[in-house]
Amino acid sequence: MAPPPPRLSRRAFLSVSAAVGGGLLLGFDLPAAPPAAFEPNAFIRIDRDGRVTLIMHKVEMGQGTYTSMSMLLAEELEVDLADVRLEHAPPDDARYAEPLFGVQETGGSTSVRGNWEPLRRAGAGARGLLIAAAAATWNVDPATCSAAKGSVIHGPTNRSLGYGALVDKAATLRAPGRVRLKDPKDFKLIGTPAKRVDAPGKVDGTAQFGIDVRLPDMKIATLAACPVFGGKLASVDDARAKAIPGVRQIVRLDDAVAVVADHMWAAKQGLAALDIRWDEGPNAQVGTADIVRALADASLNPGVVARDDGDPVKAMAGAARKIEAVYELPFLAHATLEPVNCTVHVRPDGCDLWLGTQVPTFTQTAAAKLTGLPRRKVRVHNHLLGGGFGRRLEVDFVVRAVQIAKQVNGPVKVVWTREEDIQHDMYRPYYYDRIAAGLDATGKPVAWTHRVTGSSIMARVTSELFPKNLRVIRAVGLHQVIAGMKGLDTDAVEGAAEPPYELPNIRVEYVRQEPPGIPTAFWRGVGPTHSIFVVESFIDELAAAAGQDPVAYRRALLDHSPRARAVLDLVAEKAAWGEPLPPRGGRGVALLHAFGSYIAQVAEVAVSPQGDVRVTRVVCAVDCGTIVNPDTVKAQMEGGIVFGVTGALFGEITIKGGRVEQRNFNDYRMLRINEAPAIEVYLVPSSEAPGGVGEPGTSCVMPAVANAIFAATGRRIRKLPVKDQLRAVS
Amino acid sequence: MITLRVNGTLHTVDVPPDMPVLWVLRDVLGLTGTKFGCGMALCGACTVHLDGRPIRSCVTPVSAVTGKRLTTIEAVGETPSGKRAQQAWLDVEVVQCGYCQSGQIMAAAALLAAKPHPTDADIDAAMAGNICRCGTYSRIRAAIKRAAGG
Repeated sequence: MAPPPPRLSRRAFLSVSAAVGGGLLLGFDLPAAPPAAFEPNAFIRIDRDGRVTLIMHKVEMGQGTYTSMSMLLAEELEVDLADVRLEHAPPDDARYAEPLFGVQETGGSTSVRGNWEPLRRAGAGARGLLIAAAAATWNVDPATCSAAKGSVIHGPTNRSLGYGALVDKAATLRAPGRVRLKDPKDFKLIGTPAKRVDAPGKVDGTAQFGIDVRLPDMKIATLAACPVFGGKLASVDDARAKAIPGVRQIVRLDDAVAVVADHMWAAKQGLAALDIRWDEGPNAQVGTADIVRALADASLNPGVVARDDGDPVKAMAGAARKIEAVYELPFLAHATLEPVNCTVHVRPDGCDLWLGTQVPTFTQTAAAKLTGLPRRKVRVHNHLLGGGFGRRLEVDFVVRAVQIAKQVNGPVKVVWTREEDIQHDMYRPYYYDRIAAGLDATGKPVAWTHRVTGSSIMARVTSELFPKNLRVIRAVGLHQVIAGMKGLDTDAVEGAAEPPYELPNIRVEYVRQEPPGIPTAFWRGVGPTHSIFVVESFIDELAAAAGQDPVAYRRALLDHSPRARAVLDLVAEKAAWGEPLPPRGGRGVALLHAFGSYIAQVAEVAVSPQGDVRVTRVVCAVDCGTIVNPDTVKAQMEGGIVFGVTGALFGEITIKGGRVEQRNFNDYRMLRINEAPAIEVYLVPSSEAPGGVGEPGTSCVMPAVANAIFAATGRRIRKLPVKDQLRAVS
Repeated sequence: MITLRVNGTLHTVDVPPDMPVLWVLRDVLGLTGTKFGCGMALCGACTVHLDGRPIRSCVTPVSAVTGKRLTTIEAVGETPSGKRAQQAWLDVEVVQCGYCQSGQIMAAAALLAAKPHPTDADIDAAMAGNICRCGTYSRIRAAIKRAAGG
C-alpha cells in the first residue's frame, strides 16, 4: 500500500502500571491514535529479572524488522540488543496499528519510517522512569544519574542498580510528560550493523514458520480450487480417495475440494485420486490476449487525473519533437518459498489460527465473520513468515482454511501445494501504460503525459476500510480518501505522478480496468515497481532521442532534487559509468524516489549471440535518510535486486482458458545462484528522516536492466519480462 | 512398517513405502526444520543428507532410505562441515526470511565435505538447485568461501 509521507506526532503518551506477577508495564501511543485520548496501544514489559520484552507489532518476513525495531527501543532504553525479547502482538488495531496506515499491518516499507519516533520515545520514557526510581531510592537528584547496559548509575557515588531491581518502584511513578531523545551523536546501536536477532534459529532449523505448527490431534489438508477463476465445483467422486490409507475426510466447498488426512502425503494422494468435475463458469474462455486488448481499449479513454501541472497539451504542440511509447507489465505471482498455509481450530466457543500474516487484525476479522464468533473469541497466533512480498497482506487463504476447518473436528493445517499456490495467488496487476513527451530543440522534455491503465488494488482494499474507519483516514490522510472516491488509485500512479525530474508541463492519469475474475494484489515494490519501470525506461528513450548520455540527461533535470542527483552521481562513479565494456555488454541506469528513499542503480548485462540476457553486475547507491542498521539496508538492496532481476527476466503469469498456465518453479522461473549478478551497495550518510528499504531495490533494478539491454543491443524493452524477446532478432 | 535412521536415531514408522522422506520427517517425526517448497525437486528447500550426500527429500521415497543414514538440519551442526557452514552463515549474516536456508546449509555442508575449497564454479554447480526467493545468493557464496577458509 502506498502511504503518504509520515506526519508523526511530536508527543508520545506513556502509561505506567505494575505488570501482573511483578515488573513494569509501559504503554505508549502510536500516533495513528487520536492524540487527545489517553489510550496505550503497544507494550513494553520489563521483568524483575531485568529482561525487556517488546510486544512486537511488526512481523518478520526477512526484512530485518525484528532487529531494527528492537534496536530503536534498546538504544533509548540503554539495554543490550541481546536483552530485548520479542513476543508477537495479538491482533488489535487500537493498540498496534501501523502509524502510516491506521491498521495493524507490515508492508509498504513502512516499519522504520512509522516507528522511528514512537519506539525511541517508548524507550526514552522508560529510561526516564527507571532513572527516577533509582534517584528516589538513593535520595539524589535524577540529573546526577545516568543509564547504561540495563542499569542506572549514580556517578558521584559510583552506585548502580539494575533495571530489574527498579521496576516495582518505577511502576508507582507518574509517567513523564516529556521525554528527551538521545542526540544522534550519542547513538551506540543505531547506525551499527547489529546482528540479526532472528538468525540463529534460521540456521539450525528451530525457527518456527506458520507451516511448522504441530498440535495434538492435528490433521493435514490440501486442496484443489476450481482452476478457472470464478468457476464452481459441479461434482466429485471420492470413492478412490477415501480408500487411501491416512485419508480421513473429503471437504466440499462451493469452488474447491480439500482432502483431510493424517499427513500431507496422504492428503496429496487423496486429492490426486478424486474425480472432480468443475462448472467452469463465465471466465472459461478468458486468455491473456483478451485482457490486454481490453486494457489497450480502455487506455484510449481519459482517466482520473493524478497530476496536472502547467499546460502539457500546449507544450506538446509546440515541442520540436514528440516521442510516444506503450509499456506493458505482466501479471506476477508472489511465490513465497513457504507455500501459503493456515492452521485453524474451530470450536463452538472460539477459533484459533496459526499462520504467518502481515495483517493479523484482518485475519481475525475474516475468521470471526465466517464462524459467527465475536472477534475476541478468535485468537491469531502469528509466526515467522517464509516470505511475504505482499502475499501475506491478503486473507483469501485464511478464508479458505476457515471454510475447511468449519467442517473438521479438531485442528487442521491447510497447506497449499506449490501448484495451487501459484495458480491461486492474487496477482500483481497487468499494467498498460501510454506515455509521451515533447522535447525542445536541445532535447529537454517540455511536455510529459502518462496514462496508467490497470486493475485497482487500492479500490478493493480500501472499500473495506473507507470511509468507515476513522483511524485509517487519520493515518493515511483525507486526501487519500478523496482521491479514492474520485476513482484514483494512488498506488498505481506512485512513482509516475511525481518523478524527481523537472517537468514543467506534466499530466498523469489513471484508468481503472479490471481483468475478468483474476484477483490482483500488492507485490514487492507495489506501485513504483510498475511506474518506475515505465518512467525510467522512457526517460532513457528521451536521452537516446536527444543523443545524450543517460546519466547526463537525467542529471540535467535534477537541479531541484539534490538527494536524487547525489545518488545518481555516486552510482555513476562507483559503476565506472562510461568505461568500455566487452562486446554485447551494456550498462543501464535507473533512478528512484519512493518510500521516502532515493536510489540509483547501474546494471550491467551481457547478451549472448543467441539473445540470452545475463545480468552480471548491479551497483546501487542508497540515500534512505537516517540508517538504523546499515547491514539490513544492504541486505534489502541485495535481495530486492535479485527479486527484481527475477521479475524483469522471467516473471510472467499468463491466462489461458480462464486459468493460470504456470504451475511450479519449472515454468515460473526464479533467478538462481549461478545467474545472480555481483551486487555492490553504497550508502549515503544522512541525518534526514528514515526512508523505506524493503521494496525500492526491486522497483529500481527492472528499468536499469532494460536500459542496459538497450545499451548492449539497441533494442528497447517496452514489455516485461525480457524472457526470449531478444532471440528473434539476434 | 519402515525403519529409518535419522540423525543417529532409529525410527519405525507406519507409512506407505512410496511416501517421500520430506513428509515422514515433517508430519510423522516432527522434524520441521526440513522445508516443503515445491514437491518436485525444483527448489532444494527439502535438502537432507543420505549417507552424507545431498538429496531432495520431497521426491525420495522412504523405502529408498532404509539401512542408510539420514541427516537433517537439526543435526548437521554435529558434522564438521555443517558446523562450519552454520557459523559462516551467522558471520556473513546470510538469512532473510530464512525459509530456504535449511536446504541451503545442507547443500553447502555437503559441498564443503566433498570439496573443502570449492571454486565459484563448484559453488554454482552445487547450489544452483536451491532457490532463495529473498535473493541472498551473494551472501551464500561469501559464507561458503568463509567456511572453506576457516
